[in-house]
Amino acid sequence: MVELGALGLEQGGHILLLRALREAGEGGRVCVSGTHPDLPLQLSVFAREGAHQIESPAPDERKEGAVCALVAGSSLNARQRGAVRAGSARADHRTLHSYADARWGLAARGALVEAGAPSWDFSLNDRDLVWADEAKKLYAQALASQWDPEEAIPWNAPIDHPPFVEDAIVQVMTYLVENENAALLVPARFLGRIHPHFREVVQLLAIQIADEARHVEVFTRRALLRRDALGLSTVGGQRSLQTLFEESDFVLSTLLLSVLGEGSFVDLLWFLHEHAPDPVTGAIAQLTARDESRHVAAGMAHVHAALEARPEDRSRAQRAIEQRHLALQHTSGLNAEVFDALVLLAAGGLSPAAIARGFDAVQRLQSRMREGRQRRLERLGFTADDASILAGLHTRNFM
Amino acid sequence: MKRDRSKLVLGAVAYDAKVVTIWDGFLRWFEERSLPFDYVLYTNYERQVEGLFLGEHHVSWNSPLAWLQAERLAASERRVARAIAMRDTDQDLRSAILVRKDSAVNTIADLRDKRIGVGAWDSPQATILPMLHLAENGLDPERDAKIVHHDVLVGKHGDHIGGERDAVKALLAGTIDAACVLDANVLGFTRDGTVASGALRTLAVTEPFDHCNFTIVDGDDAPAGSIAKFTELLFSQDYSDPAVRPLMDLEGLKAWKPGRVERYAPLARAIDRFRTIEPWLKARTETTA
Repeated sequence: MVELGALGLEQGGHILLLRALREAGEGGRVCVSGTHPDLPLQLSVFAREGAHQIESPAPDERKEGAVCALVAGSSLNARQRGAVRAGSARADHRTLHSYADARWGLAARGALVEAGAPSWDFSLNDRDLVWADEAKKLYAQALASQWDPEEAIPWNAPIDHPPFVEDAIVQVMTYLVENENAALLVPARFLGRIHPHFREVVQLLAIQIADEARHVEVFTRRALLRRDALGLSTVGGQRSLQTLFEESDFVLSTLLLSVLGEGSFVDLLWFLHEHAPDPVTGAIAQLTARDESRHVAAGMAHVHAALEARPEDRSRAQRAIEQRHLALQHTSGLNAEVFDALVLLAAGGLSPAAIARGFDAVQRLQSRMREGRQRRLERLGFTADDASILAGLHTRNFM
Repeated sequence: MKRDRSKLVLGAVAYDAKVVTIWDGFLRWFEERSLPFDYVLYTNYERQVEGLFLGEHHVSWNSPLAWLQAERLAASERRVARAIAMRDTDQDLRSAILVRKDSAVNTIADLRDKRIGVGAWDSPQATILPMLHLAENGLDPERDAKIVHHDVLVGKHGDHIGGERDAVKALLAGTIDAACVLDANVLGFTRDGTVASGALRTLAVTEPFDHCNFTIVDGDDAPAGSIAKFTELLFSQDYSDPAVRPLMDLEGLKAWKPGRVERYAPLARAIDRFRTIEPWLKARTETTA
């Protein structure tokens, strides 16, 4: 007996009825009592819409207060019949399905998916091309490391360097914004293609994109702190970024963007931190460098796992680096204004000796970037010789 | 133009955009099961009934009022209309007459001289049948009370529930004293937030009646055996089958039932009493003559 008391079916009484009917199973009989004035009318609607039979209570049931009896119809658990599990809820590389089924769609991993669900066209549905076990940990680290630009950066700190230094900062910030736009949009374009079954990877990319959005904000804000206009964006720089944009293979894109590009950027940002002429620039460089280091770690984990799963793809990776180099060999590479601005920042003055010092510092930065790329390629399994050659083919635009 | 006689053609009224989704889905489902099928849409039931008799289609998906229109038009031509199938949810509906919780109206007699909100004038459930209930219980709605129509999409026979919703909103706003709605909407309007739980009270409930059916008329030129195949396939539809469940959900049923006509008796009494379809029928029979 389901005792509804004064509860009507318009107030949620149907929940109690459905629980009792499910328990009774198809053909099972459930008596209902209640005092809601519309209960008989409501029960007839409930029975009709759910394809349950409605019967008069037997004399003894009536004595116990039943106003009617419901007999559970066959459609009660129809949605569960033929439903499939969207993989297992807890998953790592060993237990994940090698392909995420198109019919699992947006269902939570491990959910019971009703048969007949629409098919979703997520082209990145192959575990080996998408998954890295480290994604979960890196996502948690990224969450714990989020920072609020308003709080984290001393925007009101004094800026008392000469105008030529501020001009250099504005040019570098202009360049950084352009590159961070690429770092935001390239993963964003893949995000919509990845089957959400690989939840941790989607989460990690999403927070990286949020990181980049913040970077674009702080670089822009720094550029405009003392100036009304930004610096120069060059054809060569944009051509270089366009080749990143056009790479449609997720693994190769990660290699080019995160392992090589963002990897070089980490060195650049630490260089800016070291030579920052004011506390605002210093704080920005430090905070963004930390974020970018996580992106590099994520990229390394992704490419490493993909090349482990398909060692034959190593030659494709090699070709991708070479092709990008060929596509860019007739462009100017790094924006000359940016190069000079970096020299001036490291020089800190306009005397020939200071300029020489600055130039030397930027050359050392470029070497560090190249060594870093080589080291990471070796960690991905490339031979030292191959890694050295490939590290040298990376775009002169750094990203 | 020569008509394509190779397919069974169904007529349906486009009371909502989902009608296209429904019948496109059924079309595919029937064709996959070797029933050549097509459908035509009408903007209103009157045109659909006329279309059935003109041979524009073979089976009408009719409202209860359209069923009676077809039945009576058939009789005037010495033909016979038949209801061949209906949804399980078309059987044993009721309508309710609602008042505000704190209303002084406690009996039908109390509605004398009051404003009674109904749906579209051609809605069996929201207008015609509740008015019959009042009339048969001592209150002539047209003489003893003020009937306030909420005419949303006339010609759709109340399939669009907008008229009922407007009536309930007017009742809540205090511009009318009672509102007539289908039993399912008494629940539905509370669940969707139109009405706060407990704000309205059910004053009276009509006797049970049936709703839509698939109607045919003898002497049609449907492809041989296609009507039998149509009903056979309908009755085979199983709500557990994921291929057909979305269509059944859209049409709002769990199973198809053989058509029955006894429960159209209250509506037949009502249209006789209120002469609801008399002008239409007269115009049709004069045209035919």
